[in-house]
Amino acid sequence: MTRFLEYTTRHYDKLIEALLEHLQMVGVTLVISIVLALVISLCIMDRKRISSWVMRVCSMIYAIPSLALFALLIPLTGLGSSTAVVVLVIYNQYILVRSFTEGLQLVDAGIREAAVGMGMTKWQVFIKVRFPLALDAMVAGIHIAVISTIGIATIGATIGAGGLGSILFDGMRTQNGVKIVWGTVLSVVLVLAVNGLLKLAEKKIKKGIYHMET
Amino acid sequence: MSIAVEFKDVTKKFAGAGANAVDHVSFQVEKGELVTILGTSGCGKTTLMKMINRLYDPTSGEIDVFGEDIARTDPVLLRRKIGYVIQQIGLFPHMTVAKNIATVPDILKWDKEKTDQRIDELLKLVNLDPEEYKSRYPAQLSGGQQQRVGLARALAADPQIMLLDEPFGAIDAINRSNLQDELLAIHRRSGKTFLFVTHDVTEALKLGTKVMIMDRGRIQQFDTPREVLDHPANDYVASLMKSVVEGLEFLK
Ligand SMILES: Nc1ncnc2c1ncn2[C@@H]1O[C@H](COP(=O)(O)OP(=O)(O)O)[C@@H](O)[C@H]1O
Ligand SMILES: [Mg+2]
Repeated sequence: MTRFLEYTTRHYDKLIEALLEHLQMVGVTLVISIVLALVISLCIMDRKRISSWVMRVCSMIYAIPSLALFALLIPLTGLGSSTAVVVLVIYNQYILVRSFTEGLQLVDAGIREAAVGMGMTKWQVFIKVRFPLALDAMVAGIHIAVISTIGIATIGATIGAGGLGSILFDGMRTQNGVKIVWGTVLSVVLVLAVNGLLKLAEKKIKKGIYHMET
Repeated sequence: MSIAVEFKDVTKKFAGAGANAVDHVSFQVEKGELVTILGTSGCGKTTLMKMINRLYDPTSGEIDVFGEDIARTDPVLLRRKIGYVIQQIGLFPHMTVAKNIATVPDILKWDKEKTDQRIDELLKLVNLDPEEYKSRYPAQLSGGQQQRVGLARALAADPQIMLLDEPFGAIDAINRSNLQDELLAIHRRSGKTFLFVTHDVTEALKLGTKVMIMDRGRIQQFDTPREVLDHPANDYVASLMKSVVEGLEFLK
């Protein structure tokens, strides 16, 4: 216990730095992932055959173990956090494109037709009707992506991406229990905090857009 | 009398379908008529109607709206001048009644005051108290009330033509009868051209200034309700009319 406190007071700056690194990696990954997934989903949402093919490819990539994907990409993008971000973005595409496309495709056909029939442009149909009605499915997908990104990002430490993973792996290498505990605790706290925030956002959307009490 | 809608030898064949959904159809609808389009399910009523606001384009033939070939118009602009009500209602669940009704005025960028005034006016027209219903969401309305809002929404920008595709199909008999009476009153007051699809013979005869009877993509008869009843053009029409008359006879 004294060892624990000693380490913590001496190295709390390192812990905070790792946490911030982690948050940054996750943040950058999410922004890129969401933008990319939106673009892909918009392109494929009204093309049934293409969308099922894209989903198949994404799920195949998703099945590749993350370590293998990191290893495969090092020759292309080198060591460091940019490679980690690339891998995380690729993984997220499966989760995000799937939830975005399905959400957008599931918006009631009668409602969409009414919108078109009243003289909305394609863009107006999307912004005023389709997007808001798909939003809860899309946010649910983002939720899963965030949680999975926080987890997989720890493995980024194996290629020098930093973050909470570096504390965990350091701890394992040097058999330092305190580091392992801190790495784990911070990861869990991060997930729980983000989880809470997203739940709140989802509730807001349900109330604000669909007027449903949860 | 000016012609609101004219079909000139119009055919629609869906890709992969064996038969034409609408098969060499020609007719004229005069301004101010309420034409009911009657026929069994799958005979091409919806397809015919959706060609008027260009949700579908014909495979061959020409459709004129107020003398203008619609193939040469921008479909989006055309649709804003045509009111459209469908059976599934299609109200936007994430918008209030007021917002739903304001759909086309908003697209047309009316100022807020004019839109608000129009919303109240329309809700009164379809017998819903504006103060009570304006800020409700579709899920907080009964089926009949939703359809009233759908009607108000289609009427919002005062379209010259209204297309109604089985709007009362899912509504119980009493509410349907009330809605029919209201629709008739709205039509008479507006002087606009209405096309109303139904598979209910009584409804078609009650509402129509003229009735168009369709079977397998073709028009079987297009005439006043009286004429259709008294002088059915062929066996198909005769049997359709007989079913109504028999239904009434049974009660006597
Ligand atoms: N989008 C479509 N694609 C292919 N076939 C269609 C489509 N819409 C309608 N059809 C076919 O065209 C015919 C007429 O359909 P429809 O106009 O919907 O009939 P109604 O409205 O009279 O019930 C039917 O045989 C139907 O299966
Ligand atoms: Mg139909």
